[in-house]
Amino acid sequence: MIDLDSFHELLQTLLRNKTRSFLTGFGVFWGVFMLVALIGGGSGMKELLNKNFEGFATNSAMIWEQATTKPYHGFRKGRYWSLTTGDLQRLRLQVPQLDVISPINSKWGVQAVCGDQKYSSNVKGLLPEYALVEAPTMYYGRFINEMDIAQQRKVCVIGKKVYKTLFPKGGDPCGELIRLDSVYYTVIGVDYSSGNMNVNGSAEESVSIPLSLMQRAFNMGDNIEMIAITARRGTAISDITPRIREVIARAHDIDPTDEKAVMVFNTEVLFGLLDNLFSGVDLLIWLVGIGTLLAGAIGVSNIMMVTVKERTTEIGIRRAIGATPRVILSQIISESILLTTVAGMSGILFAVLILQMMELGFTEDGIVQSHFQVSFWTAIGAAALLAALGVLAGLAPAGRAMAIKPVDAMRED
Amino acid sequence: MIHLEGIHKTYAGAQPLHVLKGIDLDIAEGELVSIMGASGSGKSTLLNILGILDDYDEGDYYLAGTLIKNLSETRAAEYRNRMIGFIFQSFNLIGFKTAVENVELPLFYQGVGRRRRHEMAMEELEKMGLTDWAWHYPNEMSGGQRQRVAIARALVTRPKIILADEPTGALDSKTGVEVMELLKRLNREEHITMIIVTHDPSVAAQTNRIIRIKDGVIEHS
Repeated sequence: MIDLDSFHELLQTLLRNKTRSFLTGFGVFWGVFMLVALIGGGSGMKELLNKNFEGFATNSAMIWEQATTKPYHGFRKGRYWSLTTGDLQRLRLQVPQLDVISPINSKWGVQAVCGDQKYSSNVKGLLPEYALVEAPTMYYGRFINEMDIAQQRKVCVIGKKVYKTLFPKGGDPCGELIRLDSVYYTVIGVDYSSGNMNVNGSAEESVSIPLSLMQRAFNMGDNIEMIAITARRGTAISDITPRIREVIARAHDIDPTDEKAVMVFNTEVLFGLLDNLFSGVDLLIWLVGIGTLLAGAIGVSNIMMVTVKERTTEIGIRRAIGATPRVILSQIISESILLTTVAGMSGILFAVLILQMMELGFTEDGIVQSHFQVSFWTAIGAAALLAALGVLAGLAPAGRAMAIKPVDAMRED
Repeated sequence: MIHLEGIHKTYAGAQPLHVLKGIDLDIAEGELVSIMGASGSGKSTLLNILGILDDYDEGDYYLAGTLIKNLSETRAAEYRNRMIGFIFQSFNLIGFKTAVENVELPLFYQGVGRRRRHEMAMEELEKMGLTDWAWHYPNEMSGGQRQRVAIARALVTRPKIILADEPTGALDSKTGVEVMELLKRLNREEHITMIIVTHDPSVAAQTNRIIRIKDGVIEHS
């Protein structure tokens, strides 16, 4: 029944009451717009937030030292102690579930100098494994490797801000010398990672040098400030936390139950919290979006009901001159579908437009920071949903229209 | 053409209303017949039954040899569309369609193609002398013109019978006479069977035969 003629009929009836059709359609338009914009906006926000944790291993933990809070082995509480290089070996041997064990030492406010440029940076002493905990984004050169450690090379990897300040002219700085305090280091790489989840200061403001070199250059002895660990696949950090604490505590005469002294900060908990938050937001988005859309569809149904009532005579005439009930049914339902889909499609279009603008707004240096745009299939799904809603909205009015007998129409006058 | 035999019709309700009490009626092809009767006599009900707009309880109704009884809505619509042309007192044109679109409508429901439909409708309007008014909307036309559009719409499907319910009721006497002349001419020249329901004795007097209904039966005078 859907041919050019029927379509012409539909347009004629819908355009006859332009304001009403428009206002009715607007409900659906807004509903779809809300749904699509919220889905796109939600996923974009999620991506933006996740960006903060970019490059950060999700099944990781940080171990650091604090003053003891429990007396043990004849020591009083409140004693200061320090992690040592020996703890790395202990963990490696006694906690086989651990994958990466990476120590970090750091020193704040060290003046990095290159020519007449200065930058107050944060020096980090690292091992090559650290790349597995917080992945660097190497813009130039490479990260610290085993040979640097073995040969005690005086090399460094600099962060984005350090690079931009010390080398305002740009270009590859590898091979250039920069000075930290009184020692010169060769730049071997530039790290552009900009995640906001950082250990001991942002990667952008850091100068990373080999750990052993740092211990000697900054007079740190055998001490280690912090150990970053990741667990092997299938092991939850929370399950092995007591074991980790016990291994370290025993070597330093600390009560193995002293959770404050041997701090194990589990990032898993943080990520779990975020995941919950996002599922909550998702649920809300669907609830609000579908709710608004449904309200729009009910509006269509309602108005169609009024329209049918108003058109009793007309429908009666049509019936008298040969329209079968099926023709009337398909006409009313088609009107409803046409109204919802046209309004809905403009809603999708508008939402896509807005999302595209948001995506452009969040683009830096031509790199898209976050994808707000909905996928093609989401849009197709929304369109299918609209058609279904159109049919549903048309059902009740169509039922009423079918019940009109030609005789009723003539009695109306 | 029309053969009615013992038609009974009762409207159900708290107090069932026995409207038609055994109607026997024969109308031959090409006849011009009028049905007269006071309000409540059952003449509207009879017209509805003749027009397959309403069902009846007892008896048989043959239209052009086809038994019209217990039809589904779809079949009834099809028969109405192919065999009967309606002319109403209040014209019952669709207000948001032009004259030619109104005339095309029954053909649209028959599934006749766009171009052919338009040709047929224009031809019919030409016969009514309304070619110049084809693209006007009903509210831009006079009563007589509207009724002629309605007649064109009734004729466009080449029906077996034309049922006219007070065709001159809403017109002034001059246009009323014109419309009657038109109907008579159609009957005479195209041999279309025509049944006119009316109050007006002067209209009835112009027909071949007058059927008077009183209290649900046909009066034999």
